Amino acid sequence: MNSILMAVIALGVIGLLAALLLYFASRKFAVHEDERIGQVSAVLPQANCGGCGFPGCAGFAGACVKATDEKGSLEGLLCPVGGQPVMEQVAGILGMTVEATAPKVAVVRCNGSCENRPRLVEYDGATSCKVQAMVGMGETGCSYGCFGCGDCVRQCQFGAIRINPETKLAEVDEEKCTACGACAKACPRGIIEIRLKGPKNRRMVVLCNNKDKGAIANKWCKASCIGCGKCVKACEKFEAITVTKNLAYIDAEKCKLCRKCEEACPKGAIHAINMPPRKPKADAPAAPKAENTPTTPNTQSSPITPKEQQ
Amino acid sequence: MKTFHIGGVHPEENKLSAGSPIREAKLPRQAVFSMFQHIGAPANPVVKRGDQVKVGTLLGEAGGFVSAPIYSSVSGKVSKVDVALDASGLRRMAVTVDVEGDEWEEGIDRTDTLVRLADRPELDGKTIVEKIKQAGIVGMGGATFPTHVKLCPPPGKKAECVIVNAVECEPYLTADHRLMLEKPEEILVGLQLVMKAVGVEKGYIGIENNKPDAIALMAEKANQYPGIEVVPLKVKYPQGGEKQLIDAVIGRQVPAPPALPIDTGAIVQNVGTCFAIYEAVMKNKPLIERIITVTGKSLSLPSNLKARLGTPFQQLIDECGGLPEDTGKVIGGGPMMGKALMSLDVPMTKGSSGLLVMKKDEARRSEPQPCIRCAKCVGACPMGLEPYLLAKVSEQFDWDAAEQNDITSCIECGSCQFTCPSHRTLLDHIRLGKSTVMGIIRSRSAK
Repeated sequence: MNSILMAVIALGVIGLLAALLLYFASRKFAVHEDERIGQVSAVLPQANCGGCGFPGCAGFAGACVKATDEKGSLEGLLCPVGGQPVMEQVAGILGMTVEATAPKVAVVRCNGSCENRPRLVEYDGATSCKVQAMVGMGETGCSYGCFGCGDCVRQCQFGAIRINPETKLAEVDEEKCTACGACAKACPRGIIEIRLKGPKNRRMVVLCNNKDKGAIANKWCKASCIGCGKCVKACEKFEAITVTKNLAYIDAEKCKLCRKCEEACPKGAIHAINMPPRKPKADAPAAPKAENTPTTPNTQSSPITPKEQQ
Repeated sequence: MKTFHIGGVHPEENKLSAGSPIREAKLPRQAVFSMFQHIGAPANPVVKRGDQVKVGTLLGEAGGFVSAPIYSSVSGKVSKVDVALDASGLRRMAVTVDVEGDEWEEGIDRTDTLVRLADRPELDGKTIVEKIKQAGIVGMGGATFPTHVKLCPPPGKKAECVIVNAVECEPYLTADHRLMLEKPEEILVGLQLVMKAVGVEKGYIGIENNKPDAIALMAEKANQYPGIEVVPLKVKYPQGGEKQLIDAVIGRQVPAPPALPIDTGAIVQNVGTCFAIYEAVMKNKPLIERIITVTGKSLSLPSNLKARLGTPFQQLIDECGGLPEDTGKVIGGGPMMGKALMSLDVPMTKGSSGLLVMKKDEARRSEPQPCIRCAKCVGACPMGLEPYLLAKVSEQFDWDAAEQNDITSCIECGSCQFTCPSHRTLLDHIRLGKSTVMGIIRSRSAK
């Protein structure tokens, strides 16, 4: 009985001493985390996608607080998932202001569907674009186009990208896409671009990534950019289009969505996304009306315009 | 009988063309010379459109020390200096020559008379290496590493012996086997030249014992050449791998990278390379042709052809009876390490040791199934690695783990994938992991 009592007392004393030691140690070596970091973290989406360039949301929160203290602004910091609303909340907590940032979206710059870009051989190795890129050109004659093995799909945390079984091309769901850029990093051919969403989600895009000379690009794909430069001429007024390495590129910040390049492209490589269908050619002389198109309130307005003219 | 110690597999040999003597392929109508025929920096074209070239005219000069010049194997007019599809499935810089006649550069000895080392006493090591470098000779077993680089060991390392790789462990291929039967003395003189170039007295010729006729002939001829010994080896794939061959012949293991095979004191050269060295040094002939095995179970006339570099594969197949109808795949190289071709219009290069036509049912890869943890791949790996693990971490892009598990030691022989009962695509992923990890190591050491 006595020995049990001794053991209990001894253990109790040791426990008490250890508790006191731990208490003073925790007071002495306490790490004071800026409480703002916790507050900022709370408003972040907690997707931990890394799209901001920091290791997870906590890392981003820390970076925001650090930038506030050191630089006095949140410039260059953006949570692509939360976008403008979340950044405003973050700025509110930190007593800063944020400049308006235009939302972005991932764009797959390849339109080499099975129809446009016939399959010449069959690849039966591991289902991975990176592996396929190592063993050669892929199944088609285009050495720049989409493999369709879905490396981007596997990297997307938001289920925003899929391989269309009919075209065998990657397709982005604009609603779900947060422009975190994981797919763009995963693509071994750099086909996916994180691009400005554009006003009312409307934008002009060259859906091709082929940097081969025109003759080769033309031979293997019906929808390829051949670098002819007709779009550059069509866009002389705004100078939004440049051709480098036989590939046209539209600068989204300069583009005024006039759609002249779309008309000029002999290969149909330039696409107008989320734009209303074009009016029939007969209306072309009505130039002033055409200028109004971008200002019309919604997409349904344009079919009405011809009626008004009548 | 000797062989290497770790792993290895026994694929069906299928040496269909072993009995057919080497015959000369017809001249192509158009020859395409890729500037990427070797490992290292690509060659830089030195001709332009419209230039007249002869057999042996320089087309591309070496782009660095680890590089090799490229010579024309035909005479005619340069019609294009532009990108062209090559056997690797990529569009890369190449020189296209429209063939007219068959005119050779002066100074190339085209006779068959044997020139022995004793006939040319003035040759010293330096001259030999320089000649090899000038002739654009690369490893002809398929790896195409520039030979002169191998013959200049890094400072502080000393070669003790030269091993000739006459194993030809790839199924189907018989080019080296035929070359030994038809040009044994030339190969021996080539070996003597290599031995002289690196200053060693001992030479071995490692031959697998599925070629008893070649072993007997080479052993008989080697009697007249002091210091050269023929070593018969037990058949096992991948005995033709440089590290495996050193282990099999002299019983020393090459340490893990960055150590090189020279650390064991051995320099390994392929039979075809020895023959090319003989021709370059004794006959003044640059590397413009090679022996290629064109084979396949469905092919009507499996053959060993002596073809000019730059000849389109289509023509070689036509000379062996044409492409059979039920062809599923045509592989450049052997079935284990070769690469399926995208098109038959691509030209043969310095490293084209074989052309294998496979029927549709042979060619199809089976659907991969989940790993059953049988560890057959671990037992088969000749480098003592764990292929299932390397493939898994590569698939997950875990490059740190891949590096820790010595992915850079992989020789890409394909034994793991060959032996896997679940038909898993092990090598596909390991190859990706290996090249990525090598890139990471390079950029780290560049810092």
